[in-house]
Amino acid sequence: MDLELRGITKRFGSLLANDHIDLTVAAGEIRGLLGENGAGKTTLMNILYGLVQPDAGEILVNGKPVAIHSPRDAINARIGMVHQHFMLVPVFTVAENVALGVEQVRTLKIGSLPAIPTGLLDRKRARRQVRELSERYGLQVNPDARIEDLPVGIQQRVEIIKALLRQASVLILDEPTAVLTPGETDDLFRVMRDLRADGRSIVFISHKLKEVQAIADKITVIRRGQVVGERAPATSDAELASLMVGRSVELRVTKEPARPGDVILDVADLTVPGGTADQALNVVDGVSFQVRAGEILGIAGVQGNGQTELCEALLGLRPASGTIRLDGRDISRASPRDRLRAGVAYIPEDRQEDGIVADFSVADNLILDTYDRPPQASGIAMKPAAIRARASSLAAEFDVRTPSIDAPARTLSGGNQQKVILAREVGRRVRLLVASQPTRGLDVGSIEFVHRRIVRERDEGVAVVIVSSELDEIFALADRIAVMYEGRITGFRSPDVPVAELGLLMAGAGSEGSAIADGSARDGDNADVALRAGADDEPDSAREPL
Amino acid sequence: MTALAVTARSPVTINRRLLAAGALTAFGLVDMLIFGLFSHPGDATFALALTGASIKVPSIHVPGGPLAYILGGASVLIGIARLAVTESAVFRRLGIAAVLLFFVISLLAWSDTGSWAHGIPVNVVSLLQGTLAGSIPLILGALAGCMGERAGVINIAIEGQLLLGAFMAAIVASAVGVVWIGLISGSLAGGLVGLILALFAMRYLVDQIILGVVLNLLISGLTGYLYDRLLVPDATTYNNASTFSPIKIPGLGDIPILGPILFDSTIFLYITYAAIILVQVGLFRTRWGLRVRAVGEHPTAADTVGIKVRGIRYGNLIMGGMLAGIGGAYLTVGSVGTFSKDMSSGLGYIALAAMIFGRWTPLGGTVAALLFGFTTALGSFLGSITVPISPFLLNMAPYVATIIAVAGLVGRVRAPAADGKPYVRA
Amino acid sequence: MSDEESVLPGPAAESGPPKPGATPEPGAVADQSAAAEPGTALDPGTVPEQRPASEPGPASERGRAPGGGPAPEPGGRESPSYSRVIIGAILQDRPAVVTVLAIFSALVLGGLIIAFSDTTVLHAWSVFFSAPGSAISAAWQAAAAAYSALFEGSIVNPHTVTAAFHGGPVGAIFYPISQTVSQATPEILTGLAVALAFRAGMFNIGAASQWIGGAIVVTYLGFAVSMPPVIHVLVCLIGGFAGGAVMGWIVGDLKARTGAHEVIVTIMINYVMYDVLSYVLDTPSALQQPHQANLISPTVATNAQLPHVGGPPPQAGLGFIVALLAAGGMWWLLERSTLGFEFRTVGANPNAARSAGMSVQRTWILAMLLAGGLAGLSGAVTIQGTAPFSLNTQSYGTYGIDGITIALLGRAKPVGVVLAALLFGALNAGGTAMEAATSVPVDISEVIEGLIVLFVAAPPLIRAVYRLRKSQAGAPEAVAKGWNG
Repeated sequence: MDLELRGITKRFGSLLANDHIDLTVAAGEIRGLLGENGAGKTTLMNILYGLVQPDAGEILVNGKPVAIHSPRDAINARIGMVHQHFMLVPVFTVAENVALGVEQVRTLKIGSLPAIPTGLLDRKRARRQVRELSERYGLQVNPDARIEDLPVGIQQRVEIIKALLRQASVLILDEPTAVLTPGETDDLFRVMRDLRADGRSIVFISHKLKEVQAIADKITVIRRGQVVGERAPATSDAELASLMVGRSVELRVTKEPARPGDVILDVADLTVPGGTADQALNVVDGVSFQVRAGEILGIAGVQGNGQTELCEALLGLRPASGTIRLDGRDISRASPRDRLRAGVAYIPEDRQEDGIVADFSVADNLILDTYDRPPQASGIAMKPAAIRARASSLAAEFDVRTPSIDAPARTLSGGNQQKVILAREVGRRVRLLVASQPTRGLDVGSIEFVHRRIVRERDEGVAVVIVSSELDEIFALADRIAVMYEGRITGFRSPDVPVAELGLLMAGAGSEGSAIADGSARDGDNADVALRAGADDEPDSAREPL
Repeated sequence: MTALAVTARSPVTINRRLLAAGALTAFGLVDMLIFGLFSHPGDATFALALTGASIKVPSIHVPGGPLAYILGGASVLIGIARLAVTESAVFRRLGIAAVLLFFVISLLAWSDTGSWAHGIPVNVVSLLQGTLAGSIPLILGALAGCMGERAGVINIAIEGQLLLGAFMAAIVASAVGVVWIGLISGSLAGGLVGLILALFAMRYLVDQIILGVVLNLLISGLTGYLYDRLLVPDATTYNNASTFSPIKIPGLGDIPILGPILFDSTIFLYITYAAIILVQVGLFRTRWGLRVRAVGEHPTAADTVGIKVRGIRYGNLIMGGMLAGIGGAYLTVGSVGTFSKDMSSGLGYIALAAMIFGRWTPLGGTVAALLFGFTTALGSFLGSITVPISPFLLNMAPYVATIIAVAGLVGRVRAPAADGKPYVRA
Repeated sequence: MSDEESVLPGPAAESGPPKPGATPEPGAVADQSAAAEPGTALDPGTVPEQRPASEPGPASERGRAPGGGPAPEPGGRESPSYSRVIIGAILQDRPAVVTVLAIFSALVLGGLIIAFSDTTVLHAWSVFFSAPGSAISAAWQAAAAAYSALFEGSIVNPHTVTAAFHGGPVGAIFYPISQTVSQATPEILTGLAVALAFRAGMFNIGAASQWIGGAIVVTYLGFAVSMPPVIHVLVCLIGGFAGGAVMGWIVGDLKARTGAHEVIVTIMINYVMYDVLSYVLDTPSALQQPHQANLISPTVATNAQLPHVGGPPPQAGLGFIVALLAAGGMWWLLERSTLGFEFRTVGANPNAARSAGMSVQRTWILAMLLAGGLAGLSGAVTIQGTAPFSLNTQSYGTYGIDGITIALLGRAKPVGVVLAALLFGALNAGGTAMEAATSVPVDISEVIEGLIVLFVAAPPLIRAVYRLRKSQAGAPEAVAKGWNG
């Protein structure tokens, strides 16, 4: 099936998300759609899938214009989509999710009368269909598993099965590799090639050059809502990158070699229990590591392997056992506030949800954790003038682009919101910086700013822990890399480790022995990297079966 | 790995366990130390048939004191077992049910042997009949809540739906003179409230909890105003409805004890049976139910597979409203026939609590509603034999129970994930 | 946020900023100044210049958004006429405008209900086609008579003014307004109780239970204890606050400890407290008046009663001053204190508050405690300030539920709550007078109040009906939260 988009234009307020985009995808083609965050890739695909209505332009299937006003129209036009955030109901089984919207119902047959649909679900048939598709493409999905119990890699396969069951000829994959290990990415690419061999077209959306180069037959680059070029996959990195960003970019952060000082953060046997009955495993399981002054520890791993919980436990936002020492002082029992006061800075993963108060002014957001300290407050009374003064100087220092420090933080771009958080956190006396996904969803300019600033903090003697699911970011920033898998650290490596080796660790395949050897060889500090793996396989005496 | 599955929550579980065991034992001790020690001589009589019923069932006579000691002792044992043995969920629930039942029986035996009772027997049949009758608006209200919340819209306006349903049923049945038309009008009135709720929640994106409270206020004001303006001056025309008469189901209605309780009532009880089954099976076994639950859990996912999120929500709120409207109609054309100001008197809020108590399931909500209905029936029975316990203390029991349940259940139950959140396409 | 002015109805609030020719986008300026801290007023003239300065950065992407209307080019090519700016400013969807239009709409609808539930009117309309004029005039008269009676009963009755000129009592002129203030006094406090919880992100439906908690303590302290004049008043007020605070604390503590949703808990505690009230009034050793079969408490001692300003019959007492002081205190707390900053942060985004080191649980407990205290204070001023200075099973009236509507109408801001309570006080006081004069039941006040709040809560509806322009800067349309958080 040939798909053609002509002159697609979409405006959100003053933001021109798509500006007369033309795109043609032939049958049996894998088309890479490359662009940085906010370039308009997802908007374009949401238009194609009927989730967003374009202001102008038309969509043609096999040369005939089709009207796509809703996902149902898209499904009827045999377009399928795997969203960046999966569209799966967590409490449903795989079969229920796959069947949703195209459910088969049982019929009632009485004698020779025509069959009467009962409205009752035919679960058996749904299971069989999932099993068939799963086997045909080697997807290995159990139709009876509940979605929330499945790893994200499998959830993605469920999404693909969903699209296949609806007989999609064009499959849109929106940033599908963001949640995968390198190994899982290879598996996905294999499935994609199989689908291509069946004559299906695939639109592969990504901002990762190498992946697009590896799988796409042809690459379309989008920047600021416009198609800026079509290239063959053999095109050089540098050319694609400059097309994507609009100027030549340094793919690596320039930084001096680290000069690690004293141990600032010492974490021993940190364990975070799962929060709910459904999630009874420890989400962080006996993790130990140290971070020294002037050193960046990058924690790599596929999202959802305990990194978020580790960061939250470091800040005291989650109950945890084990010890956390800051500058030799045990802060394991300290409240989040006391930890912040002791010199921990925290950049949360979800900036909208945990970082800023969208309805508060930029000024209030800049003093969100120093509002009760002099000179911002004396006693219980706040000092508006002092608050404004501090906010103004922070906004200037961190280049926060805002019409006024009184503007609601909601009106700022993502990059500027992140600068507000960064300014607030490192603008005070800091010993340890914990940053979780610090550049997720930011434009290149803001990424560079955040990276430079993090390196500067390191150079000023701050111990830094960076969690990122982007291996590029880990390689760019980290002086030492730890890999997390299922709540444990599967290994420590130096930044010159081959990607494939990290990929194995991210999939849990690291061998503990070599990890210890590697860590001790690099750091000369056995305790630092001693892995607790194995220790927790022993039964816990306090355990009680439910 | 799977062997590790349960380590994490042990401290919490132990606390819960201690608490549960303590509460069960405490009930047992109350049985023994109050109803046992302060027992009165003589036998308590539990009658198992209505007075004047054609089918005679012999009454049960038991001495109050020994009964309380035995039941109390059993409760204490259940409490100890809870602490000592790890029980399955089914056994835990059975244990709680037994302890509560023992407590109620001890209380009734103690009350019935007192001098104030003058030997009037505890009529179990009439007590349970009253329970069922009192539960009808609660069950239908809880089902209405379920329908809305499973689709992701919080419905606090159950109270208003009951009240407007009662009002419309009374006024239309009075004016037209046909109770059936009254019932249908009451149902439509409830559906109308559901429609308004849906409209404001989805088109105007009003916070659904606020919306429900405001709608209740509005309906209370409106019915109060019209009551004073129209119903009071011209009561014979507008507020003089006849009521449904009971229908005894042939065969089933003649079963001793159960027959008069379950199968000899007005059409409302039978509608309620049907509604419970339809909503329960509908939500969990049918295509419609799968879609409703998808909309309530993850509306975007439902949208991307072509399900009309708004359509489902409108439909559910209207249908749920119609159920609650029937519950309201029961208050007038199902029992007293006349409307009075604010006659729903908080039943809608209790129905809401019952739905949460019942973990957002129709069957669970029904059980919770029956529990509330039973406390009310028990209170009025104890009042009728002038037991020296303040009626006000008995009245507050269901509310206190709800607070404890809500506080204790949280963390173990969860509302549909998208409950209360309007769906706006990006 | 700190925008106290915006609750003032009418275009007066807008008359400052817009200057013809200087502003390409009046709405933008209005919003800019609204966001400014009071006292640090941003000169509106500088705003258009600031904007281009920030143009190159990505920040201006949304800041430039001119909203739904035709987008003027940045730089202000055209200079709109003065009247267009004014009309533009009024039609710009702002909270004050929405509030005024909501009140107007509710009064119109209320008038229609009054008219079309009147038998004379209905009769006139049944013969509409033979005499359409008389049908319409009958409807108009019915509504007008009711509303003028309502006005005379709540603000001022012209007859008393005329009478005063002819030697009648001057005090009588102020009788209606004193009724309004008297009605408003307890409702200011319950309104503040709901508003304070709102600001901390909680929906306090339990003002009634907190009122009862306060009133029980006050009544007991009022009759069972003997104290010197001023001290007795103060002790009772503090006792009322404490009584309500305990009720609020229970709710906050349960929420913080177990996660029990405050809406369910407060609804249930209301019913518990109705029964507790009946119980203590039914128990001679507790609050029941001796030798009484009825459920009524003894009268509080004269020393504990709040003195009236200007003597009887005007009932505006010192309670009103207490309510205003409480409103002022709450404003300071919310806008100028670290505790209030915590309340507001937790209310706006509890996750961000937690990340910033605030204790969300502690905040919930404190906010509910103070909110309960305010509602308890409402109980205190009612018992201490109005006849019969005693407690019965109906004393709590509709203060709790009115507190919700008042807090919503007043947008959870202290000044707004005071104004909203005065409006509702006028509707209630006038409604009673109206019932006496025209036999239109007082319940219509409740209907009008409900409609006002329904419309205030649905700005998109008002916007659609009155064709307002959509507010710029993308104010959040929905603040809805479910049971899960």
